[in-house]
Amino acid sequence: MTGISIAAIGAGLAVIGAGIGIGRIGGSAMEAIARQPEAYGKIQTAMLIAAALVEGVALFAVVVSLLVAK
Amino acid sequence: MLDYRKYLVLVFIYLVASFNSFPSENEISDKEEFDPAEEIMHHIADAYEWHFFDVTDEEGNVHPISMPLPVILYANGSFDIFMSGEFDHGKATVTRGENTYILYHNKIYMANEDGGIDYDEEHHPMNTRPLDISITKNVFAMLLSAIIILLIFISVARAYRKRPGAPKGLQSFMEPIILFIRDDVVIPTIGEKKYHKYINYLLTVFFFIWINNVLGLLPGGANLTGNIAVTMTLAVFTLLITNFSGKKTYWGHIFATPGLPIWLSPIMIPIEMVGILAKPFALMIRLFANITAGHIIVLSLISLIFIFKTIYIAPVSIVFVLFMDILELFVAVLQAYIFTLLSSLFIGLAVQEHH
Repeated sequence: MTGISIAAIGAGLAVIGAGIGIGRIGGSAMEAIARQPEAYGKIQTAMLIAAALVEGVALFAVVVSLLVAK
Repeated sequence: MLDYRKYLVLVFIYLVASFNSFPSENEISDKEEFDPAEEIMHHIADAYEWHFFDVTDEEGNVHPISMPLPVILYANGSFDIFMSGEFDHGKATVTRGENTYILYHNKIYMANEDGGIDYDEEHHPMNTRPLDISITKNVFAMLLSAIIILLIFISVARAYRKRPGAPKGLQSFMEPIILFIRDDVVIPTIGEKKYHKYINYLLTVFFFIWINNVLGLLPGGANLTGNIAVTMTLAVFTLLITNFSGKKTYWGHIFATPGLPIWLSPIMIPIEMVGILAKPFALMIRLFANITAGHIIVLSLISLIFIFKTIYIAPVSIVFVLFMDILELFVAVLQAYIFTLLSSLFIGLAVQEHH
């Protein structure tokens, strides 16, 4: 397999990781809001921060794939 | 009542202008196959001119409409300054004194004796490059956004001085945002007593990143925060501020974490030292990748229309692009907020007192 196809597969795997991670964060946030609806603002803020951090890690992988595919 | 006459003028102008797009008698010169990767790279990368759009005349020739920018080079002991229009979109070389420069694939090289480029086996240029401190599209965009930021905030600050009391106008838009950053980001992480020294930098970095992200989304905008050199500079600022404000507690935590058995230190100390660099590195990559990836997605979805070469894909493509653009606006402010939050977190960790 050429380097480019392996880079594409790597990017796809990274997206799986990001999807699972952010999905879990969103899921726990939903449960927490269901338990205590008045804490909605704080939970949403914390969820967005955690999601952005997880997405940052996934984008590391995207950058590496781009470098390999260049 | 609608004034129909002004719309008639618009329709008339459109009809007249559209005569130019009727196919001519001669064979239409076909441009090469639309290459999405190259078009996208062209929109994302830096350039020596600010390209707005292309105009195709009746013969099928493509004229790019772009604004040339100054090129500032240093080679063989002399500074050479000229406008990038002299490169004529890469078709001409520029000679100043004994230096001949050639523009190839958006990079400037010193031309060899024949005024050309030497290639190696993989068709990469082998010529040397001069020291390049030109005003490129990204530099120009940065200066423009700096002027915009200065205009906004100097007028807001002056309004506070002239008009004590309730804020009005632009102030009332800026004040909740500035107070949010101060009360919910900076004070909780750095502390009531010390935040004064760092609040200026953190507010600047927040608005700089946000405004540049948004300006990059406009058509014809420059991809400034998606340029890794720019995000690296911002991350280096955070790195310098964090480490120069470090108190003894901070360095103590790195070299002798409290509660750590001595025999683990040879492992932990290199890990912690890499950690000093890894955190700003993550800041840099996160901002760069988020913004660049967003731009690539929007451009790819628009390129769908050109790849399929049919107008019926346009509604689908435009709906997707609209959705992605709204998401990108959200990402613009979120990434600015995350960068500011993490920077203030690192600074707070560095200056916290022993507890």
